[in-house]
Amino acid sequence: MNQEAQSTGAVDERLVLETAMEAGHILLENGAEIFRVEETMDRICRYFGVERRDFFVLSNGIFTTGGQERGENAQPFAQVKHIPVRAAQLNKVVAVNQLSRDIEKGRYTLEEVRQRLEEIRALPPKPKGAQIAACGVGAACFCYLFGGSLRDALAALAVGLLLEIFILWVSGPHLSRIIGNICCGALITVLCLCLRGLGLGDNLSHMMIGSIIPLIPGVPFTNGIRDLVDGDYIAGSVRLLDAMLAVLCVAIGVGVIFIAYHRLWGGAIL
Amino acid sequence: MIAQVLAAAVGTVAFALLFGVPRKFYFYCGLVGGAGWLIYAFLTQRLSATETEAVFFATLGVILLCRVFAVREECPVTVFLIAGIFPLVPGTRIYWTAYYAVTDQLALAQQNGFAALKDALAIVLGIVVIFELPNRMFHWLARRK
Repeated sequence: MNQEAQSTGAVDERLVLETAMEAGHILLENGAEIFRVEETMDRICRYFGVERRDFFVLSNGIFTTGGQERGENAQPFAQVKHIPVRAAQLNKVVAVNQLSRDIEKGRYTLEEVRQRLEEIRALPPKPKGAQIAACGVGAACFCYLFGGSLRDALAALAVGLLLEIFILWVSGPHLSRIIGNICCGALITVLCLCLRGLGLGDNLSHMMIGSIIPLIPGVPFTNGIRDLVDGDYIAGSVRLLDAMLAVLCVAIGVGVIFIAYHRLWGGAIL
Repeated sequence: MIAQVLAAAVGTVAFALLFGVPRKFYFYCGLVGGAGWLIYAFLTQRLSATETEAVFFATLGVILLCRVFAVREECPVTVFLIAGIFPLVPGTRIYWTAYYAVTDQLALAQQNGFAALKDALAIVLGIVVIFELPNRMFHWLARRK
């Protein structure tokens, strides 16, 4: 398969390794599992004829070494990339995965791969309006699913919409994950209490449960488990810790408002 | 129950959108989420299974479906799995744990926290079991459908 690459003489091994790292970066950043990152990078290097290659992938960084170390056209390559945890965008994972399959079928030159990766990186997220609507609808559906009445679901819809607005414009760009989650939990509780005060929604708990579901850290939880299953213990435990911390923070946010409400207005909390 | 399954499916699609799943996979995501809740509801309501057992078997079903779809569409399993597992996540239990902890009803908090942990472990176990199955099996399944 890689005869073509070899017959043209010296492939720029550094360029190949850099391209592989770029692909790995996009995957890791957008919620792919560790083994998929390693596999994709390995596929790209193998196809373009880089024989010496080693990758070490953690949940927030990629370490790569490779390339010919000695000889005439020695091209040693070593790079460490730090990749901060961000919100997952699975369409990018799908796109890189498709790209790596197509590379193996021989449809791309190295230059085209680099170009395609640039395009994938620039893929826009879903429009904000759609995200806000989805968060609201999701909260309403899960509120109904977990035993809420239709009125509860409507209230959860409103809270979900406002929550996503808060996430998109305040907590996402400006707050750390810990403080962001605490604030989100607190915001939900305040909104639910207000809505109940206005007479919307029947049962505070059901409204709360529905609205909290968008804050459940689904990506780190499922990926953490899968990394552990694959034997990537460090990445797996970091991701699970991330998930547990998120749940704890949301709980703290909710708890603080409950206590404050209790202190200010007295009486039973429910 | 039908309304609930529908709600699970629509809710799953909504979260799929939030996670940036491509539009052509929404239908599959909805199917996965709905199926998960269907199994869970059927087991708890008709066969009087405990919550943890039901979560375990529902997880098995969810991930089986995810893997079949993933092979069929040649795309990462994660795409269906992350949103599809949402209806089974013990969000209710976590909420009650926090609620009882804050209101100083520690026995109830403990009970709910432990239940949440058991459900989460059931999900973990389900994921582990199905991912242990060889990929070849799913190629065969996907081709037959």
